[in-house]
Amino acid sequence: MRWINRNTRGHLQAGSPVNAQESRRNFLKVIGGAGAGLTLAINSPAVWSVSGSVSKSPGPDSGFAPNAFVRIGPDNRVSVVIKHVEMGQGTYTGLATLVAEELDADWEQIDSVGAPADAKRYNNLNWGPMQGTGGSSAIANSYQQMRFAGATARAMLVAAAVQRWEVPAGEIAVKQGIVSHPGSNRRASFGELAELAASLPVPDKKSVRLKEPAEFSCIGRSLPRKDVGKTDGTAVFTQDIQLPGMLTAVVAHPPRFGARVKRFDAKQALASNGVVDVIQVPSGIAVLAKDFWSARVARDKLEIEWDESRAMSKSSAQMMAEYRELAGKEGSVARDDGDARGVLANAESVIEATYEFPYLAHASMEPMNCVALVEKDSCEIWNGEQFQSVDQMNIGKLLGLPADRVKLNMLYAGGSFGRRANPVSDYLVEAVEIARAKTGTPVKLVWSREDDMQAGYFRPAYVHRVRGGVDAEGNIVGWEQHIVGQSILSGTVFGQSIENGIDHSSVEGASTLPYAIPNVRVELTSTEEQVPVLWWRSVGHTHTAYSTETFLDELAARAGRDPVALRMKLLADHPRWQGVLKLAADKAGWGEALPKGRGRGVAVHESFNSYVAQVAEVSVADDGSFKVERVVCAVDCGVPINPDVIRAQMEGGIGFGLAPALVSAVTLRNGQVVESNFHNYQVLRINQMPEVEVHIVPSTAPPTGVGEPGVPPIAPAVANALAAVTGKRYHTLPIET
Amino acid sequence: MPITINVNGADHDLDATPDTPLLWAIRDHLQMTGTKFGCGMALCGACTVHMDGQPIRSCTTPVQAVAGRKITTIEGLASPVAEVVQRAWNETQVVQCGYCQSGQIMSAIALLERNPSPTDGDIDAAMSGNICRCNTYQRIRGAIKNASKQLA
Ligand code: FES
Ligand code: FES
Repeated sequence: MRWINRNTRGHLQAGSPVNAQESRRNFLKVIGGAGAGLTLAINSPAVWSVSGSVSKSPGPDSGFAPNAFVRIGPDNRVSVVIKHVEMGQGTYTGLATLVAEELDADWEQIDSVGAPADAKRYNNLNWGPMQGTGGSSAIANSYQQMRFAGATARAMLVAAAVQRWEVPAGEIAVKQGIVSHPGSNRRASFGELAELAASLPVPDKKSVRLKEPAEFSCIGRSLPRKDVGKTDGTAVFTQDIQLPGMLTAVVAHPPRFGARVKRFDAKQALASNGVVDVIQVPSGIAVLAKDFWSARVARDKLEIEWDESRAMSKSSAQMMAEYRELAGKEGSVARDDGDARGVLANAESVIEATYEFPYLAHASMEPMNCVALVEKDSCEIWNGEQFQSVDQMNIGKLLGLPADRVKLNMLYAGGSFGRRANPVSDYLVEAVEIARAKTGTPVKLVWSREDDMQAGYFRPAYVHRVRGGVDAEGNIVGWEQHIVGQSILSGTVFGQSIENGIDHSSVEGASTLPYAIPNVRVELTSTEEQVPVLWWRSVGHTHTAYSTETFLDELAARAGRDPVALRMKLLADHPRWQGVLKLAADKAGWGEALPKGRGRGVAVHESFNSYVAQVAEVSVADDGSFKVERVVCAVDCGVPINPDVIRAQMEGGIGFGLAPALVSAVTLRNGQVVESNFHNYQVLRINQMPEVEVHIVPSTAPPTGVGEPGVPPIAPAVANALAAVTGKRYHTLPIET
Repeated sequence: MPITINVNGADHDLDATPDTPLLWAIRDHLQMTGTKFGCGMALCGACTVHMDGQPIRSCTTPVQAVAGRKITTIEGLASPVAEVVQRAWNETQVVQCGYCQSGQIMSAIALLERNPSPTDGDIDAAMSGNICRCNTYQRIRGAIKNASKQLA
């Protein structure tokens, strides 16, 4: 989700004041000025008693709430309010670590709780006045904010001790949840001081001191995760919500994108066991029943005639043929350094490749679902809530309610990979459409796996045409790339970030090619299809890293250069790229001999301001089948907050990125999605998971995200490793040997 | 006519059709939600429970097929092996989103109950029916080995 980053070139500045301003302006335009004049809520004490809107009240009513993020109860529990959804990426752990660090809390006493929807207090600082999670931004935007929240609370606890013990503040120590005055041998827990602290003024932010990195005792340590309940079945996901009188809804969706209900007969469905009602909604026909299975069985008994006159009828093969043709024509220019065309016309040696990428489904383990309760003048939602401000806006608009009358309960998400952040709030709106017909009754919308896989919001399909030239000395002198595919942002509330025909989320990673190549031209042709598309874990980098990093290897081979040595040379001005590349290559034993049939390949890529290099080792059998045996990964994400979570995200990202490299593709046949479940939309399984080794570059740079950046390099690293064994190049994903 | 199923040591009378999958009987009728729905076609393992100690996919097992059998869900785990496996899962910090993990843990327990020292191949064979979209596979393997060591 880099619509906020309008900077198309190598020097990425997301999060810098300039970009923050810009994104804020963009978003204000989008939301119609709703957020004007917002200030950070960190200095408003006792917000709990003011709003009382935290869904699961963290702790008893009395206690100490110095700001929107910290709540200390008399029971000595510290609740850290997490404004970002926990979908596996570790945000409940990372953000709590920042508070615990500056508060000098004991990690054991910390509980992470989900924030309510309230963009005034819980906006994503990288996104202006909007609350939501994405673009691997949680740690990056919260680093100072959460530390100040912890440090402010600590200062107030110290002030309380000063008052109670009548000793100078300078003589008070705070360590692992204990406030003490060593001189007089007095100590108190946070809980014991909470009430007194709550009566004291909140200190001015300027007077609150943050620790120097050398003083860190939590940051940089692999503290155990705080999203608990996931090994004993007690963690609550949307799918698990049970409310009194709740009905379960399943919806019959059109078989093709763009089809509509012409007429339907619900007689048999209504007579089916457990069914309560059948209603038409804009997205199809909803069956409401006492439980999922009753609804699911009844759905099959619906007789629906679809109007397919405006439905999509294209097939993937036809689409790819059209895209290949477009790739040979002119596109909008995303980057134009020097004279790539002129140079390629005269280069000693020119290589050309056409890449093809299919649609991809997110296929999170928890299929999409949502619980909605519509009342006369309010609405309440239970959801793995990733896009609070947008969802409130869309639901509010639908119901004619102010956005803040839409209460959102943020639950754990059983994966998302971008799917639960949708500019049109597709499945939430569907749930609300159904629930509004049943005012006062909570409705749980449940999508089956088939519904989830065929409803679209895919990673778009793309074709890239790339040309590169090498001179007589083996220097890469020109690079020309044309990307063809649907725009994710076009037609959405974020469409205004498209400039001169460039949706940056389509070209990021290519337009930002960091290599010292004097002539680079990157073009984009955005196509229009009826297939709904969406960001998919690492967005544009899912395809641009593949084409750029495999094509660079082809050029290296043509120039007779070693892939790592050539990259190091071309990255001379980019020390962080070089740093991860060198670390991964060293740890992988780059250059050391391998047994016959084995090969190594490398890729390095920056996304979301984190730098990742991966060296993949593959074995190829005589029949051409292959296995990814081992991956060595190096990551530079600034100050490492929790090394174990970083490692987990790299491991997970590698597995996630291997799936489209090896097995995943959504295909269309006459406008219909062919794949329906995990038998024909395959994803990685344990036997396909390589051994992964992760190395983290020590850094004092501001921390950046790790949810997405592990994904982009793996597919090109594998393709390059295969090429090292077979001598062939692989321009289509998934790879076929 | 009500069907009776035994889940976690207790008999439950269900007001459900006999073809209702065990998964939905457990989740919607008994309101035990630790067992997850992922695919409904025995393709992902999220719904794995034990029937007389054997791992089964509850999403494709009709309730009529489990009459007279003993079903154990993640909520009803009590065996020493289960305790070791759950502890190993926490020590190894396996989980990410967590949605698949009940099923992973049920499959791993069943594996270790019958084979306390599984090889990599044994682990792949026993666990490849359980998808993890967060791709926690390396740690799942690690946790099973960790548990195996504790059981030895
Ligand atoms: S839900 Fe039963 S195997 Fe997927
Ligand atoms: S932990 Fe998310 S699907 Fe396995």
